[in-house]
Amino acid sequence: MFQQVPMVEIDGMKLVQTRAILNYIAAKYNLYGKDIKERALIDIYSEGVADLNEIILYYPFLPPGDKDGSLTQIKEKSRNCYFPAFEKVLKSHGEDYLVGNRLSKADILLTELLYHTEELDSTVLANFPLLKALRTRVSNLPTVKKFLQPGSQRKPFEDEKFVEELKKSFG
Amino acid sequence: MAGKPVLHYFNGRGRMESIRWLLAAAGVEFEEKLIESPEDLDKLKNDGSLMFQQVPMVEIDGMKLVQSRAILNYIATKHNLYGKDMKERVLIDMYTEGMADLNEMIMLLPLCPADQKDAKIALIKDRTKNRYLPVFEKVLKSHGQDYLVGNKLSRADIHLTELLYYVEEVDSSLLANFPLLKALKTRISNLPSVKKFLQPGSQRKPPTDEKKLEEARKIFKF
Repeated sequence: MFQQVPMVEIDGMKLVQTRAILNYIAAKYNLYGKDIKERALIDIYSEGVADLNEIILYYPFLPPGDKDGSLTQIKEKSRNCYFPAFEKVLKSHGEDYLVGNRLSKADILLTELLYHTEELDSTVLANFPLLKALRTRVSNLPTVKKFLQPGSQRKPFEDEKFVEELKKSFG
Repeated sequence: MAGKPVLHYFNGRGRMESIRWLLAAAGVEFEEKLIESPEDLDKLKNDGSLMFQQVPMVEIDGMKLVQSRAILNYIATKHNLYGKDMKERVLIDMYTEGMADLNEMIMLLPLCPADQKDAKIALIKDRTKNRYLPVFEKVLKSHGQDYLVGNKLSRADIHLTELLYYVEEVDSSLLANFPLLKALKTRISNLPSVKKFLQPGSQRKPPTDEKKLEEARKIFKF
């Protein structure tokens, strides 16, 4: 629609715009809470995850001189802003999942983020026991466990070689 | 649902303006607690009101919502401006996200260094004329209805109308070849709640000039 990817063909539609696609999938598979208030919390948490994820997403594509500054920013924001916020949510209700005592897209997006942040900063989860526990719990769900295994459609970290190839394809 | 929503932000458009538009269009009266100094922002951070230490923040229905998309989604759902089912919602989301991409470019233009500004404006004009507006004109042409989705007013129409005003501020000739978009903009602008919001003295914020930008820089430290 806007000459960009991602694009997902699903249920007879050609969906673009990551958030539109994620919202559709979450609603379809009951991962979007049970009412408007739960949805608001899921949206708040998902958007927070997206903000940090955006910095991480661009990291492999930065010019070498900008990488150190970005990495410092990622470490600082995850340790001082985002991870404490999510750890506090889990501590406040003591439940297994972020919202409504039930798995939602917020748990899945956060789990993904925790893996990706750790790839860049291996000790980042040291002071966040509840986040570690959530990540383990979500990772042990049969569907997620399968996805985490080698040979699945999960994509690896974008190293320099990969970035070179990509630049050739997309110009 | 006691009390009016309270919007916490500085006295400028930024990331709160779409929220002001949506509330106003939905006929919801709201209050604003303006952040006028870095100390005001620090106070909000220190009393734990801001989950990620950022504004916008809206107090509504007993919650302190942050993240503009979360806030917009909540208001749209609450006021029946988000379509009738999942398929309408995904159309609204796709259109809204496309609009947000263009809106972001326009919103960040004042921050552009002087030597890059002309190139940025050229890019905005190109994207507006060739990527974004044709899509929405085509949607309206395809069904011939008065609104983008489901033959009913939704947030997509309100966000688009807001965006079209900003496009005109960049260059009034950009809308020349989009008659259906012009008609939609007029139609939405004539809705009583929107008409009121468009009048001088409303809570609608003017374009961000140098002075406003300096104020924002001081408060948000960028």
